[in-house]
Amino acid sequence: MILVWFIAILLAGGVVCWVVARWSAPACRWIALATTVADFVLSLVFWIRCYPVRLLQQQDWLRQVNWTWFPEAGIHFHLAIDGLSLLLVVLTFFLGIVSVLASWNEIRVGVGFFHLNLLWVLAGITGVFLAVDLFLFYFAWELMLIPMYFLIAIWGHERRVYAAVKFFLFTQLSGLLMLVSILALYFIHHRATGVYTFEYSELIGTSMPLHVAIWVMLGFFIAFAVKLPMVPVHTWLPDAHTEAPTAGSVILAGLLLKTGAYGLLRFVLPLFPAAAHWFSPIATILAAIGIIYGAVLAFGQTDLKRLVAYTSVSHLGFVLLGIFVGNKLALEGALITIIAHGISTGALFVLVGSLQERIHTREMDRMGGLWQTIPRFSGAAMFFAMASIGLPGLGDFVGEFLILLGTYKVSVGLTVAASIGVLASTLYGLKFIQRAFHGSNVHHWELHDLFAREVVIIAPMIAILLWLGLFPQPVLNTFAPTMNKLQQTAAQQYQAVDRGQQ
Amino acid sequence: MSGAGLVAILPLLLLAGTPVALMLIISVHRSHRSALAWSLLGLAASFASLRSASGVAPQQVTPLLVVDQYALVYFGMIIAATAAVAGLAYGYLEQHAVEKEEFYILLLTAALGAAVLAASSHFVSFFLGLEILSISLYALNAYIYSRKTALEAGIKYLVLAAASAAFLLFGMALIYAAVGTMEFSRMASLMMETAGPNRTLLLPGLAMIITGMAFKLALVPFHMWTPDVYQGAPPPVGAFIATVSKGGMFALLLRYFYRLELHNYAPVVVIFTIIAIASMLGGNLLALLQSNVKRILAYSSIAHMGYVLVAFIASGVLAVEAVTFYLVAYFVTIIGAFGVVTVLSHCEEDAESLEAYRGLFWRRPALAGVMTAMLLSLTGIPVTAGFIGKFYVVAAGAASSAWALILILVVSSVIGAFYYLRVIFALYADTTQEPAEVPPRVAFGSSVLVVLTLLLIWLGVYPAPLLHVIRAALPG
Repeated sequence: MILVWFIAILLAGGVVCWVVARWSAPACRWIALATTVADFVLSLVFWIRCYPVRLLQQQDWLRQVNWTWFPEAGIHFHLAIDGLSLLLVVLTFFLGIVSVLASWNEIRVGVGFFHLNLLWVLAGITGVFLAVDLFLFYFAWELMLIPMYFLIAIWGHERRVYAAVKFFLFTQLSGLLMLVSILALYFIHHRATGVYTFEYSELIGTSMPLHVAIWVMLGFFIAFAVKLPMVPVHTWLPDAHTEAPTAGSVILAGLLLKTGAYGLLRFVLPLFPAAAHWFSPIATILAAIGIIYGAVLAFGQTDLKRLVAYTSVSHLGFVLLGIFVGNKLALEGALITIIAHGISTGALFVLVGSLQERIHTREMDRMGGLWQTIPRFSGAAMFFAMASIGLPGLGDFVGEFLILLGTYKVSVGLTVAASIGVLASTLYGLKFIQRAFHGSNVHHWELHDLFAREVVIIAPMIAILLWLGLFPQPVLNTFAPTMNKLQQTAAQQYQAVDRGQQ
Repeated sequence: MSGAGLVAILPLLLLAGTPVALMLIISVHRSHRSALAWSLLGLAASFASLRSASGVAPQQVTPLLVVDQYALVYFGMIIAATAAVAGLAYGYLEQHAVEKEEFYILLLTAALGAAVLAASSHFVSFFLGLEILSISLYALNAYIYSRKTALEAGIKYLVLAAASAAFLLFGMALIYAAVGTMEFSRMASLMMETAGPNRTLLLPGLAMIITGMAFKLALVPFHMWTPDVYQGAPPPVGAFIATVSKGGMFALLLRYFYRLELHNYAPVVVIFTIIAIASMLGGNLLALLQSNVKRILAYSSIAHMGYVLVAFIASGVLAVEAVTFYLVAYFVTIIGAFGVVTVLSHCEEDAESLEAYRGLFWRRPALAGVMTAMLLSLTGIPVTAGFIGKFYVVAAGAASSAWALILILVVSSVIGAFYYLRVIFALYADTTQEPAEVPPRVAFGSSVLVVLTLLLIWLGVYPAPLLHVIRAALPG
C-alpha cells in the first residue's frame, strides 16, 4: 500500500494546492512543500527499513500492490518496488522538494495551477518508476507528459511555446512507437502461451526470433532514447531545458531523462537480452558520439541554461554507454551517474535560475566577476561545476570512472572516445566558472548572496554528492539484487541463443 | 409481425413516435422548454425500451430490419448522443431569433434515420434510413437561416448528399442486377456463385456503394463538404453530423462488410486501405492549415474516421470491439468539444476563431478544462476515453499484423497532436489585452458538458463495463 500512498499523496496534494491557492499563495507553497517532504520521508524510512537485510532476501519485489483493472485484457494495476526503483523514487521526492523550493519566488502567476502540475508530473514519474504492468507503465509514461507540457508552455521563458510543442511531439511520437512495441510483445506472448497479459514478469523470457525481437526492442529503445536523450534525437532537450522555469528544468534534467535510463534498465535489457546484445555496438557508438558532441556543444554556448542542458546530453551519453556495455562495473557506474547527474545538474539549474532572478539574464556576456559580489553563491556554483566535470571525490566521478572501467573491458576504442568527452567537459566547466564568476565585475553587479532558502536547497545537494563520491556503497548495495538478476537473465538468454544457433 | 418483433423494434417506434407527438404538441402550445422536455422524455423512453428489446434479440423484423445486440448498442449510442445534442442546442437556440421547437422534430427524425441504418439488413432499409437522416440534416444545417454560412452549409450538403445518394442507388442497382437480391444475408453466397458477365457488375457496384458510404463518413477523397458544413452549421448540429450520422453509417458498414464477407474480397480491402491512409494523413495535414476551431474539428473528425478504418480493415476478433469502443469514445469527445463551442457561442457569432479561446483558462477554468480534456482525448492521452480507443485500434491492427497501417496511424496522430496543442496553448495563453466577450453561462449546456467530461474520464480509467456490453454484441 505504501506504493499507492507515494502516488496518491502527490495527486491529492496537487489538488489541495490548486484549491487553496485561490485564497492564499503562500499556503499553497507550504502545502506543496509538505506533500513532497512527506513522500520523501516516507520513502527514506522505507529504504532504511529495507536496508540491507530485506534487500538481500528480496525475491522478486520488496513490496507490491496488484489490483485487477481489466482482467479480460490481462491488465492489472500492478505497482512494485525493488532496489532500482527505490533509489529513483527517493531521488524523485528529493528533487520534488528542491523544485518546490526553487520556484518559491520565481512563480507569481497561476501559483495553484503551477503546483498542481508540478506535483502531478512527480506523481507520473513515480508511476513510471513503480509500474510493472506494461499497460500501466505506458499510461504513466504518457501521463507525465501533460503537466510537463504545461509547466513549460505556461511558465517558461521567451520561446516557451516552441519548446513545449517540440518536447511534446518528440515524446508523443516515440511513446506511440513504444505502444506499438508493447502490443506486439503482448500478441507474440499470447501466440506463444495463449495468455493475454501485460505483466512484466511474465513477458520476460517471451521467446521470439531475433529479427522480430530487434524490431520490437527498437520501439522501446526509441522511446527511451528520446527521453534520455541520445544523439541524434536530443534536439528537443536544449530548447525544453532552456525555456522551462527552474523547477521544470530541475525535473526534466533530474528525473524525466532518468525515466529513459530506467526504461532501458528495466525493460529493454531484460525483455530483449539477445536483441539488446545485437544492438549494443550501435548504441554504444551513438553514446560515445553523444558524450563528445554534448560536451563540445556545451562549450560553445553563451546562454548558461543552454550550456547546462548540453552537459546533460554528454552525461546521459555515459549512462547509455554504461547500460549497453552491460557488465557489472558499467551498470553500477550508470546507476551512480543517473543519481549524481540528477543532483549536480539539478543544483546547477537551481543556481542558474536564481542568478536569472537576480540579474534577469542568462547570457554569460552580461556576467563576469560575480565572485566579488556573491562569493558564497559563486563557490556553490564552482562546487557543482566541478562535480559535473567529474572531480574525484564527488558523485559524478565515481559513476563515470566505473563506466570507463567497464567499457575498457569491452572496447578500448570506445573508452578512449568517452575519455575525450571527459576532457572536453573540463573545458565547459571551466568556461562556465571563468566567464560568469571570475574576472572583474565589469557590469558592476551588486547582488544579494545566497538566501537562507537557497542554502537549504544547496547544502543537502552538496552533502549527497560528497556522500556518493566518497562512500557510494549503500547505493550500490541497494542496486545489487536488481543488477544480479539483470545479468542472470542476460546470461541465460545468451546461452539459449547460442544453443539455438548450434 | 410477432409480438417479440414489436418489442424488438420498440426503441425505433418510440423514436419515430416522439417527433410526431412533438409536432402535434407544438401545434397546440409552443414552448421551447416543453419541446426539449418532450424530446428528452421520448429519448429516455426509447433508451429504456432497449432493455426489453435486448431480452428478445436477435429478431429479424420484416426482411428490412434486424434487431440484435449489435444494433441495440448502436441504438443506445445514437439515442444518448441525440439527447446530449438536444441539451446543448437548448441554450444555443435560446439566443437566436428563430422558431425553436421544430429543431427537435428534425433532430429526432435524423436520429431515427441513423438508428434505421444501424439495424438495416436490406438495401431498402439502408436507403430509407439514409434519406430520413439526410433530409433532416439539410434543414438542420441551415437552421439559423439568417446566416449566409448556414445557408451555404445547407445547400452544399444538399447537393453533395443528393449526388452521393445517386451513386449509392446506382451501386445498389448494379449489385441487384448481378445477384438478384437486396438482402445482405443472401448476398454473400450469391456473390460467390455469380459468374460470367454478371460478376463484372459486382466491383463497380461495390465501389459506388462505398462511395456513398464514404461520403457520409467524410473520408478522403469524399470529404470536401465537411469543413464548410461544420463551419456553417450550428455547433450542436455539427456535433450531430460528426457523431450520430457517422455512427449510424459505420454500424451499417460493419454489418454489411461482415455479412458479405468482404474482407475476403481483395479489391475492396485495397480500396479501404487507400481511403484509410488518405483520411488519416489528409485530415491531419489539412487541419494544420486551419485557425478556425470548427474547421479544425472537421478535419480532425476526418482523420479519426481514418483511425477507425484501421481497426475495421484489420478485422479479426478485436476489430468490432475496437471500432465500437472507438466510436463511443469519439462520440463523447466530439460532442464535448462541440459542446464547448456551443456554450461559448453567442447570438452574433459562433465561437470559431482561436481568438475566442485565447486565455479562456484564466477566465472560465472549468470550461477550458473540459475543452482540454476533449482535446487530450482526441490526441489519445491516458485517463481519457480517446486513449483506450487508440490503444484498442492499435491493438486490433497489431493483432492482425497490419504494421504499415499502424505506422501511418502513429505518424499522423503525432501530426494531429500538433494542432490540438495549438488550441490547448491558446486556452492557457495569458491575455494582457481586453478579453473576448464572455457569453452568459448556460446552466443546461454546462451540465451536459460536466456529464460528458465525467463519462470521458470514466471510460478512460475503467472501460471494463462498456467493453462487456460491446463484447456481447457481434454483428449478425
